[in-house]
Amino acid sequence: MNRIAALLGSIVLLATLTVSAEESGMRLAPAPAHRLDMESLQRGARNFVNYCLTCHSAQHMRYNRLTDLGIGELEIRDNLMFATDKIGATMTVAMPKPDAVAWLGSAPPDLSVEARVRGRDWLYSYLIGFYRDDKTVTGWNNLVFHNVSMPHVLWELSGIQRLVETEYEDEEKAEAAVIAAKGLALAERINDHKFVVKTLAQDTPGTMPPVEYKAFVADLTNFLDYMAEPVRNERINIGIGVLIYLGLLFIFAYALKQAYWKDVH
Amino acid sequence: MQKLLNWIDDRFPLTALWKSQVSEYYAPKNFNFWYFFGSLALVVLVMQILTGIFLTMSYKPDASKAFESVEYIMRDVAGGWFIRYAHSTGASAFFIVVYLHMFRALLYGSYRRPRELLWIVGCFIYLALMAEAFFGYLLPWGQMSYWGAQVIVNLFSTVPIIGDDLGIWIRGDYTISDVTLNRFFAFHVIAVPLVLLILVVVHLMALHEVGSNNPDGVEIKDTMNPVTGHPVDGIPFHPYYTVKDLVGVVVFLIFFSIVVFFWPDVGGYFLEYNNFIPANPLQTPEHIAPVWYFTPYYAMLRAVPSFLNSQFWGVLVMGAAVVMLFFLPWLDRSKVRSIRYRGSLYKGWLAAFVISFLILGYLGVVPVTVWGQFSEKVPVLGTADRATVVARVLTVVYFLFFILMPWYTARDRTKPVPARITA
Repeated sequence: MNRIAALLGSIVLLATLTVSAEESGMRLAPAPAHRLDMESLQRGARNFVNYCLTCHSAQHMRYNRLTDLGIGELEIRDNLMFATDKIGATMTVAMPKPDAVAWLGSAPPDLSVEARVRGRDWLYSYLIGFYRDDKTVTGWNNLVFHNVSMPHVLWELSGIQRLVETEYEDEEKAEAAVIAAKGLALAERINDHKFVVKTLAQDTPGTMPPVEYKAFVADLTNFLDYMAEPVRNERINIGIGVLIYLGLLFIFAYALKQAYWKDVH
Repeated sequence: MQKLLNWIDDRFPLTALWKSQVSEYYAPKNFNFWYFFGSLALVVLVMQILTGIFLTMSYKPDASKAFESVEYIMRDVAGGWFIRYAHSTGASAFFIVVYLHMFRALLYGSYRRPRELLWIVGCFIYLALMAEAFFGYLLPWGQMSYWGAQVIVNLFSTVPIIGDDLGIWIRGDYTISDVTLNRFFAFHVIAVPLVLLILVVVHLMALHEVGSNNPDGVEIKDTMNPVTGHPVDGIPFHPYYTVKDLVGVVVFLIFFSIVVFFWPDVGGYFLEYNNFIPANPLQTPEHIAPVWYFTPYYAMLRAVPSFLNSQFWGVLVMGAAVVMLFFLPWLDRSKVRSIRYRGSLYKGWLAAFVISFLILGYLGVVPVTVWGQFSEKVPVLGTADRATVVARVLTVVYFLFFILMPWYTARDRTKPVPARITA
């Protein structure tokens, strides 16, 4: 009986390990922002309404929800609301969808729950992953999202990056190079004897030094992540209380069971 | 109080029902860990109904509003996020609990005579549960909802001759559309839950008629106490098992709460990431994976090659995989019920069956290319996807567990069964 349980346990464990070992050659840069860092979230909200909200809507997010982040309603009205004067309105954009398709090739997606689709590391990497590419319509390309139709709207801040491709003859060396890159890197298999590792290098500086731009993007990512599930911090707080309650309840339930069962032999 | 009770009892058998079903229903005293999952399934059913009622208060079964209304529940409805996560986690929890409950029956031969009907009703509950999960999964109207439903309805379209019409009949349209969403909503919140509830009542009535099996597979009714007229090794369900199951429920709720409050998407398994993209009929996702509880069958479906220009064989295999369960009581020819007294043949086959089911479940989540291809030098298999070949072998193992059962259970070297239950 115990052997069967042990066997089942090890199978489940093995299955989870294989799932997590899934690889794609892409090494994302981890987003350096914390869900409880309110100042980062506030800066992220500011960055979002100033730079993203012109094209991307967040139609499930209400302006007054930003009070979650410690921003007062007056401050929201004065500094963050440009498209509406109703504090309970959602973050919509004026750009009609057919126009967006005509201008950009595809309509910019709504970003309300984008972080739940992509994950925060992906978003962060995407935002630092733009490089100059003359072969595309926009003149920009992205290491994380190949041939993306969005141009690099933040280029004045970040400056211009170029793609660096290094060739390797065996897979192990290519993988080692990806890890050594210590950030965003992509390994691609050309054939059995040729592997290309793609990284980015700064060409022209922007108005922000790279460190500052990364912090800017990290705040933005943090905000996108918050917006995808505004209740997250509250959910975790309540969860801790629930578990403490259930732990106490377990003690009483178990004692009750023991008391009733003491005469069963 | 007693007067009120007498008044009711004269008009409705309340006390009699309570006694026969609960306080004087004698259950074997040696239930172990595996026996928690029946009562847990009932708890989850109640939770799903309650959270479901609250969800329907704010959900809109309309293709242009469904996705939005779910986000509305998550953001603007007071406590809505909790109700929604409890319901989505409950769906997966239901399958976990039911799979373990069914595995218990395999361990201890609980489907054997005289519990054949009990088992068959249970199989119908499992079928109803799959239908309920399938209809419900369309409702959030995300990309996986949409394309998952598309794939499953297309299964019916592979039926020869009437297939295309059958698909249109199910959808009510040529593609999955608002019409489909509306009828799936009706099935999910009214039709299937009603069937499920009736089946659960029948399941419990059948159980209390024949009495519970136990880890020894010994009939406790064979040894009665001549004085009391009750089984010597039986104890009244209430209070003994009500207080014991209460402990089980609390432990279950601890695990359940860990998911709901700390990890509601379970890494994309309970809530798929791509389902946060609104349904788009014009954009097929690169990789369509069903939710985890369907993946063993999905892996079988993909593993079966098309034959005579038809994919219908895969659908047949998938259906047969579930139908096989119904015949279990008549396939098992062993002299004993419980795994405790069975020989190594049954133990080996059961282990092979469980391993196949789990690995098929894993393969159903990932693309068929996950393990690469065989090299050209391998005879016969050359360049085939490794995962597909493995899935084929495991599908065969799954079916052999049932098909060979009359043979290996009859030949198995069993141990002597004690007259009464052991400690």
